Amino acid sequence: MNEKTLEVRGLTVCIPTEKGVICPVNDVSLEVPAGSITGIVGESGCGKSMTARAVMGLLRYPAKVTGGSVLLGGREITSLPEKERRKLRGAEISMIFQEPMTSLNPVVKVGRQVEEAVRLHTACSREEARARTLEMFREVEIPEPESRLDCYPHQLSGGLRQRVMIAMAMVCRPKLLIADEPTTALDVTVEAQILKLLERLRDAGTSVLLISHNLGVIAKVCDYVYVMYAGRIVEQAETNTIFSRPEHPYTRGLFRSVASLREGGGVLETIPGVVPNLLRLPAGCSFSLRCGQCADNCRERMPELRETEPDHKVRCFLPGKEETE
Amino acid sequence: MLRTKRKRAEQAADLLLQSQIGEEERFRDLMRRMVRENKTAAASFVLIVLMVLAAALGPLLTPYGENEMDLLHRLAAPSAEHLLGTDEGGRDVLTRLLYGARVSLLIGVAPALLSLILGAALGVAAGYRGGLTDAVIMRVADVTLAFPSMLLAMVIMYALGGGILNVFLTLTLVNWANVARVVRAQTLKLKNCEFVEAARIIGVSRGRIMRRHILPNCLPTLLVLFTLNIPASILTESSLSFLGLGIQPPNASWGLMINTGRQYLYSAPWLCFAPGAAIMLIVLAFNFLGNGLLDVLDPRMKKQ
Repeated sequence: MNEKTLEVRGLTVCIPTEKGVICPVNDVSLEVPAGSITGIVGESGCGKSMTARAVMGLLRYPAKVTGGSVLLGGREITSLPEKERRKLRGAEISMIFQEPMTSLNPVVKVGRQVEEAVRLHTACSREEARARTLEMFREVEIPEPESRLDCYPHQLSGGLRQRVMIAMAMVCRPKLLIADEPTTALDVTVEAQILKLLERLRDAGTSVLLISHNLGVIAKVCDYVYVMYAGRIVEQAETNTIFSRPEHPYTRGLFRSVASLREGGGVLETIPGVVPNLLRLPAGCSFSLRCGQCADNCRERMPELRETEPDHKVRCFLPGKEETE
Repeated sequence: MLRTKRKRAEQAADLLLQSQIGEEERFRDLMRRMVRENKTAAASFVLIVLMVLAAALGPLLTPYGENEMDLLHRLAAPSAEHLLGTDEGGRDVLTRLLYGARVSLLIGVAPALLSLILGAALGVAAGYRGGLTDAVIMRVADVTLAFPSMLLAMVIMYALGGGILNVFLTLTLVNWANVARVVRAQTLKLKNCEFVEAARIIGVSRGRIMRRHILPNCLPTLLVLFTLNIPASILTESSLSFLGLGIQPPNASWGLMINTGRQYLYSAPWLCFAPGAAIMLIVLAFNFLGNGLLDVLDPRMKKQ
């Protein structure tokens, strides 16, 4: 497990706006070991998707990578020219996202869309591409794959479309699959099937970077978890560790905000306040405004990521301390 | 080098095929729905088919030639022999109307198609590439649109001279800008769709995204623009010919027929009425058809 499929070092993405420069991704370092599912969790707008886009090289103007590096299988890719990066996309690194409803071209048969991915990256005939597509459809467990090849996206259900998306992303056997909220638009039974599929892909040798705001999803499939807040990583640990001993007050707040059927009753807890405006981040820790245990030095400077136990890092001056409420 | 070229050609052919197959099925559905929901559009469609047939079979339908003079029967009123009468040279009006239909239909369809291709290509390029490409293309389009289209057509026709090919060229140059604007707007919308993003994620190049993913999604709009551009072209050509700038005599064209018939408006009104009615019918038919297509394509329009 020493080999790393993806290594991100100090990645920073900035967007110049009229009111000043904001950095939705700020000094983010993370690793995706080969053959693992690594999760990024956080609220909407914390920079999860922006990180994914930066890794794919698909930032929209005017967002720009201003610092750090992305290593894919040990090779630095942020400095590659656009043409080289395009060759990597789909072949070495691929992505699926939230909306299976709109992620497929409505006027092209789904089989052809997957074939396009094959033919872009491998020199093969139409028949071979079709055969590969069919094989991939079987692999992602699309029922009656032969007849589905000639369907248009509107003839398929949401779950099937997400499977087609996964087939499209995986058909060239990329080393890394970035799944950006892959199950958010699906109902729970389909969600479970898709997650199982991701696990099978991992077992077949693809590393997965799973981005989600759903802690249940993260807990179910991830080996290692990064928690992001306001563009920074605030806590990272193995899944078991982080769920049993969350250290950062934000992580603990997140866990408490999950509705539970078992405990029943009571008022659902929330984290007070909202994600801060990136233009007006507090001087110290970006969570200080919403933190129940905020001390003086929290307001003055940003804490560093420190190890509190082996392989468990937290960006907090007072990790693990219970809040005084 | 040779190999890549061939591969590209193959890809292009395969693209063309795919988009046609995809569109054909949708097109069939579309037409079926239109016929069911909109009787006017369906009737217009039938009328257009009849006109096309009449134009194609013209020589078989009448015993007279296009320029066959019969000076003994000048300006004859409509009768069993000459259903729509004869003109100042004793030529059969119905016959000339049928030959004129060929010109008018050709003038309607060919420039509409040419301006559609030109406008769609430039519109997609402007919308997708943005920046300087967009600025240059759209400013040229703005300049084109700034002139009244009839005036622009007259100026270009003066510069080029008469003749049917020049009419094609003129109408294309007058009409492309509208198409480009609409397609550009649609491209801007489609550009941010997730399937375009998905295409980029699997490594599809810019040109291929424009051809394969954006253009096919503009086709329904293009179809409507096409049917609405046809009557505009026919009208412009009629006006040009009426003014003596378009089709030159002795060839028959509806606009030209009205122009020559004008002098006999009181003594032989059928000379103007027949081609006038023909122009009105075909323009209305294409407009109704275009509106019908627009209705079935846009569900919001139906309820109004």
